[in-house]
Amino acid sequence: MAGAEGRIHSAGIGDAGRLSPRHRQMFRYYFRLGLRSLRRNLVLTVLMVAAIGVGIGACMTALTVFRAMSGDPIPQKSSQIYTPQIDNWSPERPPGDSPDHLNALLSYIDVMALMQEHGAKHQAAMFATLLSVRPDDPQQKPFKANVRTTYTAFFPMFDVPFKYGRPWTAADDKSRSAVVVLTREMNDRLFGGQNSVGKIVRLDSEPYTVTGVLDDWQVLPRFYDLQVQPFGRNDDIFMPFTRAIEKQMKVLGSIQCNGDGGTAFEGLLRSECIWLQFWAELPTAADADKYRAFLNNYAAEQQRLGRFHWPARTQLRNVTEWLRYRHVVPNEVRILILVSFGFLLVCLMNAMGLMLAKIMGRAGDIGVRRALGASRAAIFAQCLIETGVVGLAGGILGLGLTALGLLAARSLLTKNYVALAHLDLTDTAIAVLLAVGATIVAGLYPTWRAAHVQPAWQLKAQ
Amino acid sequence: MELRPILSAMRRNKFGALLIATQMAVTLAFLANAITLVEQRAAWSSRPSGIDEKDIFIVTTESVDHQSDSAARDAADVAALRGLSGVVDAFTTNMYPMQGGGWIDTVTLTPDQKTPTAVTANYMGDEHALNTMNLKLIAGRNYSAAEIETKRPPHDPPYSGLIVSKALAEKIFPNENALGKGIIFDSDKPAPIIGIVERLQGPMTAATGLFAPYEEYSVLVPYHLIGETNNYMVRVQPGQLDAVMKAAESKLYALDENRILRSKSMRQVRADAYRGDHGLIVLLTCICVALLIVTAFGIIGLTSYWVAQRRQQIGIRRALGATRQAIVRYFQTENFMIAAAGAAIGIGFAIALNLWMVRSFEMVRMDNSRAIVGAVIILVLGQFAVLWPALRAASIPPALATRGG
Repeated sequence: MAGAEGRIHSAGIGDAGRLSPRHRQMFRYYFRLGLRSLRRNLVLTVLMVAAIGVGIGACMTALTVFRAMSGDPIPQKSSQIYTPQIDNWSPERPPGDSPDHLNALLSYIDVMALMQEHGAKHQAAMFATLLSVRPDDPQQKPFKANVRTTYTAFFPMFDVPFKYGRPWTAADDKSRSAVVVLTREMNDRLFGGQNSVGKIVRLDSEPYTVTGVLDDWQVLPRFYDLQVQPFGRNDDIFMPFTRAIEKQMKVLGSIQCNGDGGTAFEGLLRSECIWLQFWAELPTAADADKYRAFLNNYAAEQQRLGRFHWPARTQLRNVTEWLRYRHVVPNEVRILILVSFGFLLVCLMNAMGLMLAKIMGRAGDIGVRRALGASRAAIFAQCLIETGVVGLAGGILGLGLTALGLLAARSLLTKNYVALAHLDLTDTAIAVLLAVGATIVAGLYPTWRAAHVQPAWQLKAQ
Repeated sequence: MELRPILSAMRRNKFGALLIATQMAVTLAFLANAITLVEQRAAWSSRPSGIDEKDIFIVTTESVDHQSDSAARDAADVAALRGLSGVVDAFTTNMYPMQGGGWIDTVTLTPDQKTPTAVTANYMGDEHALNTMNLKLIAGRNYSAAEIETKRPPHDPPYSGLIVSKALAEKIFPNENALGKGIIFDSDKPAPIIGIVERLQGPMTAATGLFAPYEEYSVLVPYHLIGETNNYMVRVQPGQLDAVMKAAESKLYALDENRILRSKSMRQVRADAYRGDHGLIVLLTCICVALLIVTAFGIIGLTSYWVAQRRQQIGIRRALGATRQAIVRYFQTENFMIAAAGAAIGIGFAIALNLWMVRSFEMVRMDNSRAIVGAVIILVLGQFAVLWPALRAASIPPALATRGG
C-alpha cells in the first residue's frame, strides 16, 4: 500500500478523468477514507456543512436577486442603443437624484428637435400613459391599461417580435392615426388570443384599430423608461406618440418643472419641463461619435439662440451605461449582498477553524500513515478530498436554503424586485462551485498543517 | 487570574485564536451596521403620518368614457359618501400620505428666488379635509367653505391662504411665529399661512433619495380638484372600516356604473408603502441572528478541540489542586482575551465598513455607540459559547494525569 501511495505522489492526482484504473482506485480509496473520517466526528462534520450551507444559502439568495435585477435587458443591442441627455436647466440646478446635474428626462422642445434631425438609424421619443379599456365582452369590467406612446421605430430598434400583423407606419405617426399594437397578454385578454389585426379596441371610449400583436416580449428592467416599477408592470398597449400628444393624454411618470410650465398641456409642450424619453440606435462607435457632436452643436445653438444661458452640456449613454448611471439595482439589494457575503466570510472562517480542529485532532492517525510511508502529497490529497466533500455537501444544503431564501425574499421585499428571481442552471453551478471552491480555499491551511505533521513526534506521543 | 499560562497556550494555537478573533471582528462589524440600518428603517416606517389611519380609506374612481360631467359626478359621489351611515367625513383629494408618488412643489419667499426655501407635498382639499384626516390644528384656523376654489386643470385659481404642517412652518420661519406670514407656493403671489397642523406626512415613501429629507413638509391648498380621476378620502366611525368600505363601493357603483373603482384602507397603504423596509429589517435580523449562531458554534468547536488537546495538562492541573472553577475560569479568561482583541479590531472594521457604505449605498451614518453595543454582544456571546466546552474541561478527572498517554 505504501508503494502505491508513493506512486500517486509522483503522478499527482491531477484530473480524475485522466487517472489510470489503478489511480482511480486510489482516488476512490481516499474518498472512502475521507468519508469515514467525516463520519467519525459527525458533530464537527455537521457543524461545518451547516456553516457552509447557511453561508452559501444567504449569499446565493442575495446574488440571485442581484443577477436577476442587473441582467442585460437587451443583450444583442445594449451597446448600440443610446439615450441622450441635454442640460436645459442650467448647471447650477440642484443635483436632485443625478450627481452630474443632468436631467434623466427630456423636454418636448428638445425631443421634437431630435426627432426632426433623423441622425440615427432608428429613433423614437416616448412616454407612458394610463387609459381605460372597455372590452367588447359585456361580462368583463372596464380596466386600466399601461399604454406606451411612441414612434414606429420603437419596434425594429428594440427587436420587438410580432405574432400577428406589424407595427404602424411612419405615415400613421405623421397623421396621428388611431392605431395600436397589443402585447400578446392584452390580445389574449381582449380577443382570446385570436388574430385581432384590423379589429377595434376602445381606449378612453375612442376606437383604435389594431395593426399588430406582439409575441412574448419582456425587457427586465424596462430600460427605456425606468420611472414607474421598472421591474414590475409591463406596457400593455402601444400607440403613436403624435396621437397621444394631440389627445393630451395624462403622463404616467413624473413631470419635473423648473419654474415654468404649469398644468396646462399646451403649456407643458412649450415649457422646459422634463417628462419624455428618447432612444436612438447608433450601430457603430463612429455613429455614436457623430451623434455626440450633433447633440453638442444643438445645445450650443440653443445657447446662441438665447434659450440656454450656459455652454452646451450633453451626454449620450448606451443601455448598459444608462442602467448603471440610473442605479437600477436598489441600494437595499446591494446592502443585502454585502451583508450576505460578510456572512459567508464568517461561515468560512468558522468552517476553517472546525476543520483545523478536526484535522489536528487526527494528527495521531496522520502520523501513523506518514510513518508507514504515505507521502505529504498523499496526505494533502486525502485531506483535500475530505474538504471537497464537506464543500459539496454544504453547497447542496446551500442550494436548498437558497430556494427557501428566495421564497422568503419574494414575500418580504416588494414583489417587483424579486418576482423575476429564480434559480436557474447557472445559479446552481455558481452555488456548488462557490461552496466547493471556498471550502477548499478555507481548508488549505488546515490541510497544509496536516501534511506537515511530524510522524516521529506523533508516534512518540502515542 | 494567571494570564501567563493562557498567553503561552495561545501562542501554541496562534492560528485558531486569530481565526476566532477575526471571526468576531467581522461579525461585530456587520452586526453594528445592521443594527444601525434596522433602527433607521424601523423609525422611518413607523413614523405617524398625522392622519387617523385606522379609520380612513381611499376610494379612487375614474369614468370609463370621460364623457360625463366630472364636477357633477364628483359632487354626487362626495355627497353620497358623506351621507353613508358610519361615515364621519369625506373629501376629494389629489393624493394621500404614503401613496408612493404625488404632487411635490417648492416654497419660496420672494418671486425671483433661485433656490427654493423648502420642497413640500402639495395637498388639495376643501373645508372637510382637516376633519376627515383628523389632523390636529395647533395654530390658526381651518378654511371656510367660501375660501375653497375649484381647481380644474389647466385652470389655476388664486387662493387666499394656506394651511401648512408644523415641520414646514419651522423650516421656513425658524424661531418665528409663521402664522400670517406670506409664502409663495405653486403661484406667483405670496399667500399667508392661516393654519398650522401638528403633522401631515407627504406622499413619498423611499427612506433614502431625493425626497426623504422633505417627508414632513406639507401644504394643504384650499382647492377642490376636479379631474378625470378622483381620490376620495373617507373617515369612518371606529371599527366600521370594512363594512363602510363595501357599502361605499356599492353606493358609488349604484350612482354610476360606468367607472373603474378601487378602494384601499390606509392600513393597507402603509403596509404596501413600507414593505421593502420591513423586508430589509426581517432579512437583516435573520442574517444577524444566524451570524451570531455561527460565530458561537465556531467558538464552541475550536474551544472543544483545545480542551481535547489539553486533556492531560488539565488533568495535571487538577491533580495539583486546581479547582473546577479555576479550569472554567481559565477558558473563560482565554475567550475573553480573544474576544476583546476581536472587539477592538471589530469596532475599527465597523466604522470603516459604515463609512464605505455611506459613500456607496446612501447608508446612514452609524452612531459609534452601536459599535460598542456590538462589542458587548460579541463579548457576552463568547462567554456563553465557551461555557459548554469549559464545563467539559472542568469535568476531566485528575486521575487522567497519573495514567499518562
